[in-house]
Amino acid sequence: MASLIGFYALVFGVCSSFFIIFFSIRNFRNYDELDKKILPFTFLQFFLVLISFLGLIISFINSDFSNETVFNHSHTTKPLFYKISGSWGNHEGSLLLWLLVLTLFIFLFILKSGKQLTQYRILTLLFQEIIIIGFFIFLLKTSSPFNYIFPIPKEGLGLNPILQDPLLAIHPPILYLGYVGTSIIFSSALAAMSVNYISKEWAKHIKVWVLISWIFLTLGILLGSIWAYYELGWGGFWFWDPVENVSLMPWFALTTLIHCILVLEKRLQLTSWVIILSITTFTLSMSGTFLVRSGILNSVHTFANDPERGLFILIFLFSLIFLSLFIFFFFHKNEVSNKNSLFLISKETSIIINNWFMMYFLSVVLIGTVYPIFLDVITSEKISIGPPFYHKLIIPFLIPFVLAMTIGPKLKWIKSDISDKTNLIVFFIISLLLSIFIIKTLEVKFLLNTILVSSTFYLFFITLKDLLKKRFINISQNIAHLGFSLFLLSIIFNNILSSEVVTNLKVGETFQSEKFKIYFENINQKKEKNFDSFVGKFIVENSDGTIQVMKPELRIYNQPNIVTSEADIKTSLFSDKFMTINFVQNQEYLNIRYQFKPLMIWIWISVLMITLGGMISILKKNEK
Amino acid sequence: MYGRKVKLRVLYILLILIILSLSIFLILKSLEQNVIYFQSPSEIKNISEIENNKIRVGGMVKKNSISINSDEINFIITDLKNEIYVTYSGVVPNLFEEGKGVVAEGYLKDKNFFLATKILAKHDENYMPPEVKEALGEK
Repeated sequence: MASLIGFYALVFGVCSSFFIIFFSIRNFRNYDELDKKILPFTFLQFFLVLISFLGLIISFINSDFSNETVFNHSHTTKPLFYKISGSWGNHEGSLLLWLLVLTLFIFLFILKSGKQLTQYRILTLLFQEIIIIGFFIFLLKTSSPFNYIFPIPKEGLGLNPILQDPLLAIHPPILYLGYVGTSIIFSSALAAMSVNYISKEWAKHIKVWVLISWIFLTLGILLGSIWAYYELGWGGFWFWDPVENVSLMPWFALTTLIHCILVLEKRLQLTSWVIILSITTFTLSMSGTFLVRSGILNSVHTFANDPERGLFILIFLFSLIFLSLFIFFFFHKNEVSNKNSLFLISKETSIIINNWFMMYFLSVVLIGTVYPIFLDVITSEKISIGPPFYHKLIIPFLIPFVLAMTIGPKLKWIKSDISDKTNLIVFFIISLLLSIFIIKTLEVKFLLNTILVSSTFYLFFITLKDLLKKRFINISQNIAHLGFSLFLLSIIFNNILSSEVVTNLKVGETFQSEKFKIYFENINQKKEKNFDSFVGKFIVENSDGTIQVMKPELRIYNQPNIVTSEADIKTSLFSDKFMTINFVQNQEYLNIRYQFKPLMIWIWISVLMITLGGMISILKKNEK
Repeated sequence: MYGRKVKLRVLYILLILIILSLSIFLILKSLEQNVIYFQSPSEIKNISEIENNKIRVGGMVKKNSISINSDEINFIITDLKNEIYVTYSGVVPNLFEEGKGVVAEGYLKDKNFFLATKILAKHDENYMPPEVKEALGEK
């Protein structure tokens, strides 16, 4: 029943979208003010998709196995929470969620953009409706979440247990808010360009949307990363896996866009950057969805390998790119309003320099992600590209990037001298000495580490000083930049100081190395609702004499039949201790991994700090 | 002859071109060194000389081939035509089992012996890496 309602809500939803298109085209001809019917209809559109989405959730809660999606991804013994989150933990449901966010955002956009030019609002709505209708058709035609199966199965196939996790339940919605937010930026940039509305006013208004998408995208990536850290059991937080990369690429573009929008808002420059970045960000989000969903990239996100779906997204994507490029070349006036030229030492220049670095990082990740796919298509040679590729190409360029990030904010618009020279030099020497001292004590590779650490310390100190001195001026920027420097510092030291032990042990055996002594005391079996649990007990003696009891767990799920390792992680302010166990083919030995990971928690905290910067920026805007 | 503006612009474009080509060169260079090729046991049998590059080997873990001691795990990867001995000391993923698909990353000692540095994780018991499926499908 709920599925039926859900399905018809979708059909009516697509009808309402066609109505909106009809109204807005009629409205566009005589555009004194927005047609009064448009706002209710965008709400109706959102409401219908919401009903459809609720219909799917209810089918999941009731374990209505006459619904194909529910049958494929749910099971009666699954806890209620994961029944609900399971509704977007699959291809069809996640697309419905994407559509829900799309319709919500355009409703909010129309609601909130009252002060803007009417023509521009209508055009944004039109572009957005094209995307929305595309998704409607995609859903209804190739991946309806409401397919009926007969005879009705008694039991479902269950959800992949590693997806049964509270973090992963909220990871997709958060990430989608970020992804879909970029569609508004895309439509709005195209609309503004078409009616020649690119102005300081526009920049100010679209900045909020850019910030919102950026915050959600950052949080979404963070959640996925934390999940991978404790659930996949490798003890790392970033693997340069193609699936991670496709979320990182729009992040690079969006972060660059934020900085360009600032220049546009203050100085009415970099309009081409803003438009191209708006298009790029959305394209990257869409192609990310395409790559992940089509099964080209293999990972936990791959729900189904259906070529028709991939083809649809690909065609849709190419027509959108074509449309946007067409508009760009026909309507974009080449910075006519820009009479002030750039000077070498100014805030603008430093932002442009960082833009280019960001674009470089973006292309490195893009090439690393896409090259294997192309090679496979062209020569059917299977390759993969490991982390060293990214590290080698990104880390050295972080140094000038971080330095520009340190000096840039100290400069003024248009033309500037470097002010506050003594402080800059004093802090530079302090950071240099400090990092030489630290790196010497740690006895690691000297040159690169010292330069890297000192430039990061430099950013840290200068930003911290600014934050304390100026307090509320530039507070959002300072917090975000401080977060970024903390982020780099924690990654660097985490990398340098991490140590691990991998061994195979039987109950009662002891492993000993210079750094750790691990005693395998016992293993206990317990029965839970939908899995059997084996908890091992280990006593770990660290080199500093501290003793830690670790209880990593193995779960054998019944439906579907999958073994997962639940790492035992002891988190403290300075370090994480991380242990996983695994069976090897019912042999007596257990495969054991123990890791000592310093400053792990600071990686998460610093990313939160970066997003906090964005949030403050939005709040400050509302105050004015 | 040309105005200052034109000269500046030419300089600017030249600079961008140089930087662009330099970074493309760097990327390609680094790509060459860090590419990991995927091969099946049969393909390894056919190669003429052993190179010291990191590669991936995929196939099925042969039945009754896993043996484990406190330092390492030994097993055989087969594509049902040819097989290769693998030695590994490290963590195995949850779905590492006899008769199931596997991808190992590491270095070839010789045509019959592979020293793995990593066994790749899978996330689903029905899921078979496309490379493995292909390697097995060629039989």
